[in-house]
Amino acid sequence: MVKLKEKSRLMSAEDLKRVIRRIANEIIERNKGTEKMILVGIHRRGVYLARRIQKIIEEVEGVKIPCGELDITLYRDDLTTLFEQPMVHSTRMPEDISGQNIYLIDDVLYTGRTVRAALEALVDLGRSSQVQLVVIVDRGHRELPIHADICGKKVPTSKNEVIEVKVTELDGKDEVVICERDA
Amino acid sequence: MNVMPSETGQIVWRHKNVIDLAGWSREELYFILDQARHMENVMDRPIKKVPVLRGKMCVNLFFENSTRTRASFELAEKMLSADVVNWSSAGSSTAKGETMRDTAWTLEAMGADIVVLRHRSVGAAQYLASKLKRAIVLNAGDGTHAHPTQALLDLYTAWKHLGNLSGKKIAFVGDVLHSRVARSDIIGFNTIGCKVVVSGPPTMMPKNIEALGCEYENDPKKAVQEADMVYLLRIQKERQQDGLFPSVDEYHKWWGADKNLIAYAKPDALVMHPGPLNRGVEIASDISDGHQSVILEQVRSGVAIRMALLYLCGGGK
Repeated sequence: MVKLKEKSRLMSAEDLKRVIRRIANEIIERNKGTEKMILVGIHRRGVYLARRIQKIIEEVEGVKIPCGELDITLYRDDLTTLFEQPMVHSTRMPEDISGQNIYLIDDVLYTGRTVRAALEALVDLGRSSQVQLVVIVDRGHRELPIHADICGKKVPTSKNEVIEVKVTELDGKDEVVICERDA
Repeated sequence: MNVMPSETGQIVWRHKNVIDLAGWSREELYFILDQARHMENVMDRPIKKVPVLRGKMCVNLFFENSTRTRASFELAEKMLSADVVNWSSAGSSTAKGETMRDTAWTLEAMGADIVVLRHRSVGAAQYLASKLKRAIVLNAGDGTHAHPTQALLDLYTAWKHLGNLSGKKIAFVGDVLHSRVARSDIIGFNTIGCKVVVSGPPTMMPKNIEALGCEYENDPKKAVQEADMVYLLRIQKERQQDGLFPSVDEYHKWWGADKNLIAYAKPDALVMHPGPLNRGVEIASDISDGHQSVILEQVRSGVAIRMALLYLCGGGK
């Protein structure tokens, strides 16, 4: 295991809450309301972030938006280079995604490979009307022509650094930190 | 579904091949069942295909006749986008050692990544695995020794219905002696924490069956008493000529599963059978087609379990 050393905190729990609230509002604005909207979180943290966005939209618009979860393990292009055996998580869509506006939600956008895999997985699940990418942090270093449509914060990083978006459900607290790999 | 290994953390997968379930841990078995659950989800999609084994070559090497196991493996391989080569060989008389070694080398020269083997000789899968440098081996049945994927699909089917399998009573009735299914299933259900009881004609019961961790009960009614699941083992009609039972009718009368026998089990007990069915021999039609029967579900589980194993063993480096 590579050890990670925490360098600094990018967002506190309060900051993260505000960012998610802003993102939720941007989604509503971009979608011109809540028509045909489906939120899809990418495992694992994207799933929890999607549920929070769902809750805020419900508070603001009074509508419960369908919220799905997507596991991209079976679509990865780096399976053969991974050291550890990855594990498949559940993929669940609340309804047929055909003709719907998908808001694909993940914590960090980095190389773009996860998003590529997610797009392939989504295509296999149906022909959605459009897919918009929503991330909390965009840290640069893209290896594929992919960009975020809605982004919480852009953070320039070095490749030696790691951005960790922590959520209470998995990590016991909400925050975003930037870490460095111990040499 | 009370046990969710995925919620408790990741297990490090240590098996290169799947030869036999002996020595596998309870956590590992549950991990496979959990992964199979997600694979079954793929089977429900409009496009029943994921690209995880793209570019990998699977060879289905069947030295013994099989329809459903081979079709099940082939379907699983195709759903994971592997390239599939079916290689069947009607029982060759060549000495086993020489043939298998040459076959192994031929397969590797062809670039096989995964070999699924069924063979009438005990130990064939282990032997093939020892001769392959790179490719992995999944045992689809070797003689009377083991049929691990069948045991896992049976566990999976039972788990889906019964939830946590700890302490559940499972009864196997029939020809245990010639059954690799029985051997692998007894090991699997025993490892996962079930109480396993076997019953069948004494002529079809291996000596020292208790060594596998199960009880032997001569009377099938007592064996089935209060069971959560009754598993009927296939009777090969040819065994009658070997003098192991007097007649098919007599077998059915004493050991076959009919309403009377199943009535001894719990009211909602599951009924399983590995197929193909001998209706009116080891199982009566009203039982095999009844509401307690999950025989067709077992077939579906087979594809999901094989997808999980192909992915776990063949998906990585």
